[in-house]
Amino acid sequence: MDVLFQLAQAVNGISSLESTEAIRALTETTGQPAAGGAERLVLLITVFVLAVYVGAEIIARIPPTLHTPLMSGSNAISGITVLGAILAAGSDSGGLATVLGFLGVVLATVNVVGGFVVTDRMLAMFKSKR
Amino acid sequence: MNSALIDVCCLVSAVMFINGLQGMTRPRTAVRGNLTAAVGMLLAVIATMLHREVIGWSSILAGIALGSGIGVFLALRVQMTAMPQLVALYNGLGGAASVLVGGAYLAGREHAASVLAGNSLADVMAATGASGLIGGITFSGSLVAYGKLEELKFMRDFSAPWQKPANLVLGVTALGLCLLMILQPQHAGVWFWLMSLVSLVLGVLLVVSIGGADMPVVIALLNSYSGIAASATGFVLNNSLLIIAGSLVGASGVILTKIMCEAMNRSLWAVLFGTLQSAGRSTTRDDIYSSVKSTSAEEVAMLLEAAQRVLIVPGYGMAVAQAQHAVRALTNILLSKGIEVEFGIHPVAGRMPGHMNVLLAEADIPYERLKEMDEVNATMDHVDVAIVLGANDVVNPLARTDPHSPIAGMPIIDVDRARTVINIKRSLSPGFAGIANPLFALDHSLMLFADGRKAIVDIVKALQEG
Repeated sequence: MDVLFQLAQAVNGISSLESTEAIRALTETTGQPAAGGAERLVLLITVFVLAVYVGAEIIARIPPTLHTPLMSGSNAISGITVLGAILAAGSDSGGLATVLGFLGVVLATVNVVGGFVVTDRMLAMFKSKR
Repeated sequence: MNSALIDVCCLVSAVMFINGLQGMTRPRTAVRGNLTAAVGMLLAVIATMLHREVIGWSSILAGIALGSGIGVFLALRVQMTAMPQLVALYNGLGGAASVLVGGAYLAGREHAASVLAGNSLADVMAATGASGLIGGITFSGSLVAYGKLEELKFMRDFSAPWQKPANLVLGVTALGLCLLMILQPQHAGVWFWLMSLVSLVLGVLLVVSIGGADMPVVIALLNSYSGIAASATGFVLNNSLLIIAGSLVGASGVILTKIMCEAMNRSLWAVLFGTLQSAGRSTTRDDIYSSVKSTSAEEVAMLLEAAQRVLIVPGYGMAVAQAQHAVRALTNILLSKGIEVEFGIHPVAGRMPGHMNVLLAEADIPYERLKEMDEVNATMDHVDVAIVLGANDVVNPLARTDPHSPIAGMPIIDVDRARTVINIKRSLSPGFAGIANPLFALDHSLMLFADGRKAIVDIVKALQEG
């Protein structure tokens, strides 16, 4: 917990660089009372750290036999960036962002769909034995 | 769609990712685990498309259709021996997507203000920079890894003395550009693309001089990077699902990297920046190999007939020769004669973690017969015949005996303790470490010089006739 607290302190330091103007502008455009940038960031970092722990706990238990499918499967999961690409491609934010978003959707989808399909192919070979 | 509902969907898919990975801890539940993760992804995609910011679906659906088509085509067409290349390629595309999303975010920043609700500018810029930097390295590094795994000629064995300083300069430049993004958010777009360009070059230089046997480490590391890049993108977009999924992948990649490094007794630093000095100073290869005995498929068949316990140690050579199905035939015939057959799998055999296991699974060899290094070493004294198929450094006893050898201290499969060792190899050429293997010259060691597949097929034929 101490570590987290220190992390939060450090983060606070960084975010003090930002101008209060920016926050006000953001709050106004979204029309909702935004949580302070720092709290929000600490929350995200908390999520990040906890997820790393969960991931490490699970993956350490996976037997070497399944390491290749694990890699291609987790690879597919890392294509989660597709969500960001969808937001960029679908929002009406004009030329460049939409084009980049579209390209992002294509690449990330290859990663996601291809990754899951090839993992399934591999795992099916492991399953068929008794 | 209500944004709270979208958040709930994201929570559900995060749980499904974790459950899916948990399923992958056992072969029996692994298929379902993979499917669970895939459904979680589908849910997240649908929920995101219903986000109020998403106005038009046309380009999204077109992108998904195109990407799925390419992905499925590659996934169904790939041969199991080429799996490392494909994983590297997918990895790179994921990294590229992170760069593109970071760029798109900057390009559409004014319009997409609600996405970053509540985030302060400095940390968003830092996160965007990180997703561009790590994503760029992942992209170009993975493509180089792909090229090396495909054995494209121009990718082989490049190294230059200026590489280390160049990497340092490029790394510092990229971080400097990232800092500029934070200090001058109004020009962030320019700095971002410059930095991505620098990181592309950096990715190429980092991977291009890494040799074939170190590939398992690099692939695992790049896998981890692609996850971290996705996490960074999550910080940009204020999206906890991206952060969770990305960090799961990041953690898995780091753990695999660690396992691979331990299996080679090398630090990650040494793999990335060091070079293996080729040895052979004290004893020349000719000295070591003066007493090598070669053998024939018929003789091997006779030895096998008399054996009670056979151990097969596959290496990258088995993948190159596509010998896994022949190995299955050999296993069957030996089992039918009441001979016990096991496989000893070294953690870094092949070009990616678990490479050998996938090939043997493809050939329908039950995974219960595949044993880890420690397990086979414990029972090695009872092995009558050990067949080394296309492996070299991972069975080299110098790792135990010669403290000056480049592979000193690397854990190996101790086939030299078996009663008889058969080495199936095309020639006496050294493995990746570039050192001679005294195993080949031991009294109870025999060389069968042939292509891996042909050798096994010949042995099977001899066993059937005998």
